[in-house]
Amino acid sequence: MQSTGLLRAGALLYARDLKLAFRRWEQVTQPVVFFLMVTTLFPLALSPDTAQLREVAAGIVWVAALLSALLALEFMFRSDYEDGTLEQLVLSGQPLWWLSLVKAMAHWTVSGLPLVVASPLVAASLAVPAAAQPTVMVSLLLGTGILSFLGAVGAGLTLGVRRGSVLLSLLVLPLTMPALIFGARAVDMAIMGDSSRGPLLLLAAMFILSLTLGPFATSAALKVSME
Amino acid sequence: MWRGDRHVLRNVSIDVLAGEVVHVAGPNGTGKTTLLRVLAGLLPAEEGYVGWRGRPIRSERDDFNAEMAYLGHENALKGDLTSFENLHYSIGVRRHLDGPEIDATLDHLGILRCRDLPARVLSAGQRRRLAMSRIMLLGASLWVLDEPFTNLDVAGVALFSGLIGDHVAAGGMAILAAHQGLNVPGTTPRIVELN
Amino acid sequence: MWTWFHKLASPPHFYRIAGKVIPWFSWPALILILLGLYGGLVVAPMDYQQGEGFRIFYVHVPSAIMSMFVYSNMAIAAGIGLIWRMKLAHAVAAASAPIGAWFTFCALATGSIWGKPMWGTWWVWDARLTSELILLFLYLGFIALRSSIEDPQRADRAAAVLALVGVINLPIIHYSVVWWNSLHQGSTMFKSGAMSIEMKWPALAMLFGFMLYFGAVLFVRLRAEVIRRERNATWLKQELAR
Repeated sequence: MQSTGLLRAGALLYARDLKLAFRRWEQVTQPVVFFLMVTTLFPLALSPDTAQLREVAAGIVWVAALLSALLALEFMFRSDYEDGTLEQLVLSGQPLWWLSLVKAMAHWTVSGLPLVVASPLVAASLAVPAAAQPTVMVSLLLGTGILSFLGAVGAGLTLGVRRGSVLLSLLVLPLTMPALIFGARAVDMAIMGDSSRGPLLLLAAMFILSLTLGPFATSAALKVSME
Repeated sequence: MWRGDRHVLRNVSIDVLAGEVVHVAGPNGTGKTTLLRVLAGLLPAEEGYVGWRGRPIRSERDDFNAEMAYLGHENALKGDLTSFENLHYSIGVRRHLDGPEIDATLDHLGILRCRDLPARVLSAGQRRRLAMSRIMLLGASLWVLDEPFTNLDVAGVALFSGLIGDHVAAGGMAILAAHQGLNVPGTTPRIVELN
Repeated sequence: MWTWFHKLASPPHFYRIAGKVIPWFSWPALILILLGLYGGLVVAPMDYQQGEGFRIFYVHVPSAIMSMFVYSNMAIAAGIGLIWRMKLAHAVAAASAPIGAWFTFCALATGSIWGKPMWGTWWVWDARLTSELILLFLYLGFIALRSSIEDPQRADRAAAVLALVGVINLPIIHYSVVWWNSLHQGSTMFKSGAMSIEMKWPALAMLFGFMLYFGAVLFVRLRAEVIRRERNATWLKQELAR
């Protein structure tokens, strides 16, 4: 009986989560629809004047994307916790930090990437010039990743808690504020025609930090929730 | 062991040897599930420890997990995956296995016709059988089963008892919690009463 | 040494020792705070630029320092509780959180009061005030998580993980906010230039007074925490009967 290696176990778990997500299509599209709707709120609330919108576009896109990604966060471990699969993952003999990383990665693929794909549409609607679009997408790619890896800790801590989704937002949002600061700044600089390399590099650094440290905190959170 | 304010499990001591079946018995609320979860390593004991092959499982976590299979109240099945897929993914994370092996086990448990049906359309009894297939395929020497006979019909109970009997006859061990009396062919379970 | 520590951590002993220790914290705290207030509000000279309004500095700065000191304390206690499974450490973290949150709130309120005469608004997105606000959110998150989980041990441990994640993020958050603020020519109203000795000692007195106050309140809360956790124990009934 040959036991499964790390990589293969990770690949299987990733494939499983992706398969499960795509059998529930509606759940994958909901954050994207929310993203589109929230961005529509701002021109309605502020003004349709493109010059004005362009000034605040960076902030709007980022806040809307953050909130949309946050919506999907509570589902990362929820169903596994409720049907007992999470327990089996803890008992599987694979390192829990690795499984947490894979789960967060799957979550990012399913909830974050669609937002990144939708972002050019959203940015264009807020009068963001085409030259700034790549920065929008890259910054959101990193930002949604940070949210998935950091948010996984919150998702793990609030398992089984009543009204956990509100609590989850309360816990995770302060931790994502640095990413918001640098991400929005990067987009803003791109809109103004400057190079956004500085903030993007810092954002990338935060991404790497959350990717490497997040899973350990997540695995501690999951073990606590098992008790 | 404390659960919130309740002092559950006081001075409990169990030894299990190869080829034995231990039946944890007692009324509801006496901590049977808690005890099994502690034995499976999901809950840490506040005082005392769980040992495996002479060493505490705390320090041998991965080795212990590789040799132990736990069946809880929940079936640990994803409703949107078929029976085959459920086993493929949950076993695959622990060890290599191929299609024919899964099919053979499904057949043994009497649910081969459910192979390509999503788990959520199966009956409660079929889901319990699917959960038991998982236990069988894991290839572990220690089985920790919490109320395995839930939702089973008479034939199912007999089938499961037979499987447990075969398992311990081949040198495995089983610890289980069950309300009803246990009838395992080939061996007499040792009873541990909790009160 | 470990036996002494273990003895300390045992609830009955801790309860008694804490009771004896409290007055040693509370009286000096009161004296130092009164001294500091007198020194700051009465004795110290008026600031050249900011006039009498500057005096709020003597409450604002110690509060802000305490808010961060208490958070790091809380995180360390939580970490100890998590790693060594010490209930007392978890109790320290739990008891510190509301105190720290109040210090943060004080820092925000006094900061706001300070800013009003100068800037005309009750709130300014200054780097330090914004950092304090985020710190308040971290405290509130900790308290909210603890209170929403029913099982007390799980609540302790979950909050402990959160506190540790928070303390690691805190420097990142702080420096991001400072950077963000500097981009937009942030109001640097809290610049503290060279301070004469008449201005320094009241601030230090207030700071140490606050620290002792924290110690006193912490022990009071810890005793209450011990009572709550051990409410069914016999030793407690005997102790309270005394």
